[in-house]
Amino acid sequence: MPSSPPEAPVPPAPSGQAPVPPAPSGQAPTPPAPSGEAPTPPAPAIAFRHRALGLTDAEHALIVEKLGREPNEVELAMFSLMWSEHCAYKHSKLLLRTLPTEGERVVMGPGENAGAVDVGDGLVVAFKVESHNHPSAVEPFQGAATGVGGILRDVFAIGARPIAVLDSLRFGEPESARSRYLLEQAVAGIGHYGNSIGVPTVGGEIYFEAPYERNCLVNAMCLGIAPRERLIRSAASGPGNVLVLLGAATGRDGIGGASVLASAQLDEGDQAAKRPSVQIGDPFEEKKLLECCLELLDAELLVALQDLGAAGLTSSAAEMASKGGLGIDVDVARVPLREADMEPFEIMVSESQERMLCVVAPKRLPDVLARCARWDVRASAIGEITDCGRLRVLQADKVVGDVPVVALVDECPLYELAPERPTERLYPVPRQAASMDSALAPDAAPRDTLLALLAAPNIASRRAVFEQYDSIVQSRTIRRPAIADAAVLQLAPDGGSGALAVAIDCNGRRVACDPYRGTIETVLECAANLACVGAEPLGLTNCLNFGNPEKPHIAWQLTESVRGLGDACRALGIAVVGGNVSLYNEADEGPIYPTPVVGLVGLLPDRLRAGGLGFAQAGDAIALVGPFAPRLAGSELAKLRGEPLPDELGHADVEAIARVQRSVGDAMRRGSLSSAHDIAEGGFAVALAECCLAGGIGASVRIPGRVEDPIASLFGEGPGGFIVSGPIEALRARELGAVVIGTVGSTRLELTFERAETSLECNLEIAELAAAHTGTLEAILG
Amino acid sequence: MRLGVVRFPGSCDDGDALRAAAIVGDAEVLWHGDRDLRGVDGVIVPGGFSYGDYLRVGAIARFAPIMGEVERFARDGGLVLGICNGFQVLCEAGLLPGALLPNEGLRFVCRQVELDVVETSTAFTCDCPAGERLSIPVKHTTGRYFAPEAQLDELEARGGVLLRYAPGHNPNGAARSIAGVCNEAGNVFGLMPHPEHAVDPLTGSTDGLCLFASMRKVAGAVLAA
Repeated sequence: MPSSPPEAPVPPAPSGQAPVPPAPSGQAPTPPAPSGEAPTPPAPAIAFRHRALGLTDAEHALIVEKLGREPNEVELAMFSLMWSEHCAYKHSKLLLRTLPTEGERVVMGPGENAGAVDVGDGLVVAFKVESHNHPSAVEPFQGAATGVGGILRDVFAIGARPIAVLDSLRFGEPESARSRYLLEQAVAGIGHYGNSIGVPTVGGEIYFEAPYERNCLVNAMCLGIAPRERLIRSAASGPGNVLVLLGAATGRDGIGGASVLASAQLDEGDQAAKRPSVQIGDPFEEKKLLECCLELLDAELLVALQDLGAAGLTSSAAEMASKGGLGIDVDVARVPLREADMEPFEIMVSESQERMLCVVAPKRLPDVLARCARWDVRASAIGEITDCGRLRVLQADKVVGDVPVVALVDECPLYELAPERPTERLYPVPRQAASMDSALAPDAAPRDTLLALLAAPNIASRRAVFEQYDSIVQSRTIRRPAIADAAVLQLAPDGGSGALAVAIDCNGRRVACDPYRGTIETVLECAANLACVGAEPLGLTNCLNFGNPEKPHIAWQLTESVRGLGDACRALGIAVVGGNVSLYNEADEGPIYPTPVVGLVGLLPDRLRAGGLGFAQAGDAIALVGPFAPRLAGSELAKLRGEPLPDELGHADVEAIARVQRSVGDAMRRGSLSSAHDIAEGGFAVALAECCLAGGIGASVRIPGRVEDPIASLFGEGPGGFIVSGPIEALRARELGAVVIGTVGSTRLELTFERAETSLECNLEIAELAAAHTGTLEAILG
Repeated sequence: MRLGVVRFPGSCDDGDALRAAAIVGDAEVLWHGDRDLRGVDGVIVPGGFSYGDYLRVGAIARFAPIMGEVERFARDGGLVLGICNGFQVLCEAGLLPGALLPNEGLRFVCRQVELDVVETSTAFTCDCPAGERLSIPVKHTTGRYFAPEAQLDELEARGGVLLRYAPGHNPNGAARSIAGVCNEAGNVFGLMPHPEHAVDPLTGSTDGLCLFASMRKVAGAVLAA
């Protein structure tokens, strides 16, 4: 269930597309025939309000048909949110169904609050990534903070203790004052929430690209751990059981599209007083809520648990009822309010943060309330589970809304996309980086190009950002940011000698070049990061950030990207256990780069053998591994030179790359390697420099054989390449298939070609590399 | 020796402090709402955000029921260690001199820093290697130690500064690079760095262990006497 607020204004209906009938639900009983009489008659002015709320005339007609009458304003508000893209995935669900979701490790797949995989020793790891793009564009600090708060709730809603947060951020170019402001505030907001709640932020990524100028992306991922028996689902059960609302009082925050109803009813005078506000995060409230919920679960006092996110009580109650095939009565008069004069529809759709909904057997209620009081967590019985299959909204003894749960949750029409490959360029040519053009020119000395790339905003050291996050609380972090390609967290003290690895990735510009291959590259890149620390992938979560899917070329990007995601996952044997979709990320200037952010979680059997990216020991040999075929087109260097995006990326032999990833991971797990780093943005030379910088030690490397295009071999990009170091015998092992190219040592990076001009050589002090690599983000953050 | 770790609802590093304390002795949780120290031999006030700390950090926590007992325990000579938020709370409670102000950079900073042990004759540093540097992480927004000049002079004169950031490692602009101070009686110690996050080579370093080991040495001696 999505739990962040709607991502974008809900779009008008697609004109020429026929809705696809929803898949039959095998769970819910057929609802009793509607009584034919509205609980309260609809106000006349409401007749066309469905359009302002984002529902099409056809969707409205379908609602009338389901209810057997016009919906009243409470019902209309509920339908408009539950039938939005964000809750119903109406433009993406058919595509998402093509993804592989099965795997022997999978404990919970898509559809629950978070996906979960078995990590052995009776433990389960839950994880999910979710977007908070639109709120962050409006108010970046609170938008990002509540994005973290929301994804944490998704994870503890299934009974897992959150143990790590990662984030994936996209902004416009840093020359823009607005981009710098969004970055600074979003980072501060993520830190504020994560640091205050005691969950480490262990990794992430940041890219600056012009198409994100008007639509920044803030995706947050959370990882949690639980004893398998503590996992809880959100399905309500047991008619007569009590519905208990936990946490913060309900206010007018984030009332989204439903605010149209509010404003239409307001007199001039009280507009300001009743204006819906941006959600404000309160990490202290959530910290109490988190500890309290886990204690209630440990004491086995709950029947079901669900977080409140997008569409608030409506969505949580409806989802719980739907999954249990039951009904729910909610009495809005019993919901604690921050503002006493809230209308029933406002209470039902409010997105106030730090709230959870649970189902409790009546005899357990006193114990639940007592434990909540001890944690100073507000707990109110606001309704009960029924067997009538309807979500009834009561206001004391008056029924103010009454809809079949199935209609609300499962019967939103799903739309087929109408993809069409664009015939023209969708994106403007990247602007040449003015500050460094001479260093980037094709005839520049490679040493100058390398230094310029190391200082580029997409490559420069992220220290100024990750130092703002507590990356060590909970004492699990054995690979902190920038030490390894993936963060590594020990499973102890919960159990075993193993560790988890987690990484999040997506290079949107490359996906824009070629949505199918770019998305495959994204998955390969993320899996490569896991291989470098010696982890085997357990499961994948994703957040598909795209433009308006009703436009044929965006539909094409989305379709191609999901096809690539599925193919890559099948080739690597990775199950997709959850995800989130954020569509309509477009401005007048155009859509964002298609950005299918991928989060992968992996397992290392021995935490003592977690890999790092830095060269570790003088005298170690250095080798290149993998079918690496770099090209300049679509690379970071090409972008900085102001070259247009190519129409396609090179073909990647996914099977071959998967084999190489397995052998690098195996070698790391055996303890044969001192370091491993995958080649990504900036190509081979940048990756080599990063190995030196992370290890604080130099290297002498000679590229063997005849090289057709030396510049492309140094700075070109493509999947499949690794730089590893270790004892030379280990690197020569046949199963690794590595080519030894140099030696670790000294305080310099010396890079030469066996057969090319000496003018192409690089010879740089580590201190020079460090000076170039440091300072860019510091300057952007001010 | 048994150490009690205070748990406020917003404590974050309580679990870490419990694990570190358990390396040198027994460890248990002291609930913020209780007026009972359960007979522990020493108290740790851990890092985190006690009651949210949306007001001045530690300003509410000093009024917590448990803190009355901690104050009494401290006045009677019991060992009390305040880490990060715990340091802030002990300053607010008047158990330690000075105050913690927002970092010079006004941002949260999480970083491994080097510390010089200034005094090795105290209950909290007697097991620390003289003249060696400790590598211990800091993570805070409000860690800039401040006191009036005269008080700083007096503090230094009486040997109340136990830890200083090594040159080039002051992460917050603390006055005279002060990272940790003790009270006049020497039984209450507060520091901004997190020694409980420096007790395992796998997660960073083991340099923080000597502070807990010192407490064991002193409390153990008291228990034996």
